Amino acid sequence: GKTRDNIVSGMDSIFNGFSHIDDDFYEELEEVLIMGDLGVQATYDILDDLKGKVKAEHIKEPMQCRELLIESIKEQMDVGETAYEFEEKTSVVLVIGVNGVGKTTTIGKLAGKLKAQNKKVVLAAADTFRAAAGEQLKEWANRAQADLIGGQEGSDPASVVYDAVASAKARHADVLLCDTAGRLHNKKNLMEELKKMNRIIDREFPEAYRETLVVLDATTGQNAMQQAKEFNEVADITGIVLTKMDGTAKGGIAVAIHAELGIPVKYIGVGESIDDLQKFDADTFVRALFTTGDGEEGENS
Amino acid sequence: MAFDSLTEKLQNIFKNLRSKGRLTEDDVKEALKEIKRALLAADVNFKVVKDFVKSVQERAVGQDVMNGLNPGQMVIKIVNEELVKLMGSQTTEIKLQPGSAITVIMMAGLQGAGKTTTTAKLAGKFKLKGKKPLLAACDVYRPAAIKQLQVNGEKQGVEVFSMGENHKPANIAKAALEHAQKNGNNIVILDTAGRLHIDEDMMEELQEIKNTVTVHQTILVIDAMTGQDAVNVAKEFHEKAGIDGVIVTKLDGDTRGGAALSVKAVTGKPILYVGMGEKLSDLEQFYPDRMASRILGMGDVLTLIEKA
Ligand SMILES: Nc1nc2c(ncn2[C@@H]2O[C@H](COP(=O)(O)OP(=O)(O)OP(=O)(O)O)[C@@H](O)[C@H]2O)c(=O)[nH]1
Ligand SMILES: Nc1nc2c(ncn2[C@@H]2O[C@H](COP(=O)(O)OP(=O)(O)OP(=O)(O)O)[C@@H](O)[C@H]2O)c(=O)[nH]1
Ligand SMILES: [Mg+2]
Ligand SMILES: [Mg+2]
Repeated sequence: GKTRDNIVSGMDSIFNGFSHIDDDFYEELEEVLIMGDLGVQATYDILDDLKGKVKAEHIKEPMQCRELLIESIKEQMDVGETAYEFEEKTSVVLVIGVNGVGKTTTIGKLAGKLKAQNKKVVLAAADTFRAAAGEQLKEWANRAQADLIGGQEGSDPASVVYDAVASAKARHADVLLCDTAGRLHNKKNLMEELKKMNRIIDREFPEAYRETLVVLDATTGQNAMQQAKEFNEVADITGIVLTKMDGTAKGGIAVAIHAELGIPVKYIGVGESIDDLQKFDADTFVRALFTTGDGEEGENS
Repeated sequence: MAFDSLTEKLQNIFKNLRSKGRLTEDDVKEALKEIKRALLAADVNFKVVKDFVKSVQERAVGQDVMNGLNPGQMVIKIVNEELVKLMGSQTTEIKLQPGSAITVIMMAGLQGAGKTTTTAKLAGKFKLKGKKPLLAACDVYRPAAIKQLQVNGEKQGVEVFSMGENHKPANIAKAALEHAQKNGNNIVILDTAGRLHIDEDMMEELQEIKNTVTVHQTILVIDAMTGQDAVNVAKEFHEKAGIDGVIVTKLDGDTRGGAALSVKAVTGKPILYVGMGEKLSDLEQFYPDRMASRILGMGDVLTLIEKA
């Protein structure tokens, strides 16, 4: 029989370990999906859908289930055609999210990516709250060789955004990347502050292409859904950056978020260096959901 | 909110069953299905949930339903008691060395969990108790990590020891301890860089610090929003760095915080404090019973039960 430990090791062993499709088989699939942080609802929806297909198509082999499952989740995670348009346009990218998820680092990486495409990039240090947030972004600006518009600790972040927009226009920058302070989505006044920053960009730079990225930590569980919802309320999110995908967490909540809110994952963070940002690839992501949890078969190790 | 729905669902389940004096296996099974769902929605680890539900089942079947409770409330009461038991039944303090001996505390955890902030918060707590803490900047990787600690240290009126970014964390720790001995500091808190539990070199670095100075308390800092992976993180940090206690951060959000339960279940180490905000005073005592009702998402029902 199967030991508890090799249950953890995921999908491959499940498909191999079962000769036919039965309740035990589905139960273990449930476990894998839950352990990947898809959440109860998305897991049940996916499994119901799968059961339907298995019946309709008279599928008998667990291995056939594997492909069905991968295909259907992949389909759901489609990024869309216009996902990276902002990289080609005069654009303002607002980066938001809860505390410590990787916003500042992601901006540094994005700046590096855009610089490599010979874009003129300006960074706005609109986190005027956290200790040394400005210095941290400054270091990233140096690494990426991007311009930085800063603000004093404690100053109004909206006024930093205002200055940065003016400066980006004056310098004919291609992309303005705005770093914001981490804020929990249940803090009303901090969410209002985001609205204000948004309004200023709209008002001062209406001709700019707008991109609003919410950064989610792949290690986060079900709360990420709430985060996506609340940030979407105040800022019309256009995409998700899923960070820390170099760990053992699968980031499965992004599947549930895409299913419920239709917001695609556009990038994943896979480390702490400037090159550790990748465009989202649904195939790799979904397969990783179903590969072993010991970190050895991950595509990034 | 999802919070009330568990209560409602349980009430519905039991409405359809005849009220009885004793919990039958079917009653309990139905109820535990919903409990299981609630715990998973709270991010408690799948395996922890499975074990937990099993042990509750064993305990609950055949129990007399207490006066004033319906069977649903009775199951919740048992579930809650078991949760509290799992979480450690009492509040624990960080153990300090006796007398004037220096206590060395090492903070460890994943990237962005809240180590640096919590280091400064702890310093404030110790200072209030008349201690003289020293903060050691052992994160030589993250941009501006040292500056962040310095700014926070200054806010707290606590000295920060740093040697820049070109020394090994173990050597910085050693020098910090010597500095503390000379300057009469009685607590040294080492702020280390965030690291992945599967990053062998970085995990080794923690061990190297421990081989170089005597660390009395290694504290795992973990984000309350962590999902199913919390068990892997806790297990690896415990195995590779030897954890003595846990601090759960960012509980000022609306997360149910099931990661706390997973971490406790895996390491067996007490949860010492909880981070309740970004301000350096936002560090609170941990209460297992409050955490249990938070994870279950049913504070009200519990007060109801307590009154019964
Ligand atoms: N392993 C790994 N670490 C990451 C990744 N992205 C960011 N980090 C680390 O996560 C920590 C937090 O990153 P920040 O960029 O400061 O996060 P933030 O969202 O700006 O944080 P606040 O401004 O404090 O809310 C740092 O230690 C980063 O190096 C990633 O993709 N993988
Ligand atoms: N809301 C809230 N934010 C917190 C809490 N603790 C820390 N933070 C925030 O979380 C973010 C990360 O905190 P840090 O102290 O930099 O985390 P760290 O673990 O030192 O990060 P690295 O050194 O990059 O690994 C910052 O924005 C903090 O202000 C808390 O209890 N509640
Ligand atoms: Mg930041
Ligand atoms: Mg830190």
